[in-house]
Amino acid sequence: MHELSITRNVVAIVSEHARARKILRVTLEVGKLSAVMPEAIRFCFEACTRDTPLEGARLEIVEIPGSATCRDCGAEFALYDLVARCACGGVNLAWRGGDELMIKEMEVA
Amino acid sequence: MCVTCGCSDTGAVTITDPASGELRVLTKEEHDRMHAEGYHVPHHHGTAHAAIYGPGSTHEHAHATKPAPLLTAVHGTTIALEREILSKNQLMAERNRGWLAARGVLALNLVSSPGSGKTTLLERTIGDLKQRVAISVIEGDQETANDAERIRATGCKAIQINTGAGCHLEAEMVGAALATLDPPANSLVMIENVGNLVCPALFDLGERAKVVILSVTEGEDKPLKYPHMFRASELMVINKIDLLPYVNFDIEKCIAHARRVNPNIQALRVSATTGAGVEEWYGWLEESVLHRSHNV
Repeated sequence: MHELSITRNVVAIVSEHARARKILRVTLEVGKLSAVMPEAIRFCFEACTRDTPLEGARLEIVEIPGSATCRDCGAEFALYDLVARCACGGVNLAWRGGDELMIKEMEVA
Repeated sequence: MCVTCGCSDTGAVTITDPASGELRVLTKEEHDRMHAEGYHVPHHHGTAHAAIYGPGSTHEHAHATKPAPLLTAVHGTTIALEREILSKNQLMAERNRGWLAARGVLALNLVSSPGSGKTTLLERTIGDLKQRVAISVIEGDQETANDAERIRATGCKAIQINTGAGCHLEAEMVGAALATLDPPANSLVMIENVGNLVCPALFDLGERAKVVILSVTEGEDKPLKYPHMFRASELMVINKIDLLPYVNFDIEKCIAHARRVNPNIQALRVSATTGAGVEEWYGWLEESVLHRSHNV
């Protein structure tokens, strides 16, 4: 459900910056651990962009893999889910990536 | 449905004050303006404005009160934006946080599945603490003002937000509710979010902390199934412990699961019905929240 909210926010922010220009492409960065599903955003995008400067625009979603630094031993490693542990057994992790929800750029006509 | 905040397209986000029976519908204009413009401070469009943006200019320009449009680099027709998708909600949440801090009001965002006993816990908390601290409540539900009525029956102020089709509260709704609620200085505001363990995790309302409530009639693996909510919360209250003899629920395992997704989460065991464990909950409210931030 919240992907619909997310998509509407994207349309609102990009439309603000469009200033009546036609948008050809929008690029988002979505972290793999952000609780937001890229497929669901794609599904909503067409409906949400109708009658906006984004109608017909191409949607690019760059998925950012999760990564973390262990606060106990300092190791850096890839994070595949929210219940991951470090090889040393540490669960106190500093996230380095994976929770992004960002509009990176747009291409205007 | 408006999917920015999840509210209904027919303008069906409503704010009800059960005390006066007054019901305010967030107008479509208010609502659309907030979404379209990033909740900026209303300002006068006078001569200076016209000189800069042209006479009769509407809002198709950047305001200093919202994050500047970060047109950091233009390569041909590609424009770098670098904007957080949820930046508008975040901005409004920070505004709520400032509003609350200025009054010395502490707000908690109570999140859970439907039926975990949030309202019952609130009723007991208000009944037991009302001599010690003023409490007011913002109730979020898709429909009905039943919960606000239950809270009002305890003698405390309550405002109901009905989100219509929406599955979570957002900062702008809470801002409007706070203005109506008008909580006294040095008081506590409990925001009871829509029963949902997914969407509310993503939306900051301006609260001091999220408190997740889980009952023993649910699975002990809920922290693993809905990790985002447990990661976002500072405290987990395990409710309905009076039912433990009748259900297959391992509290220790549940706490261990929660700490796998959030090593810093605190855990309390209570029964809002019998009152078991509620003193620890009041202790958390007073020590962790009231004393640390305020010296009340």
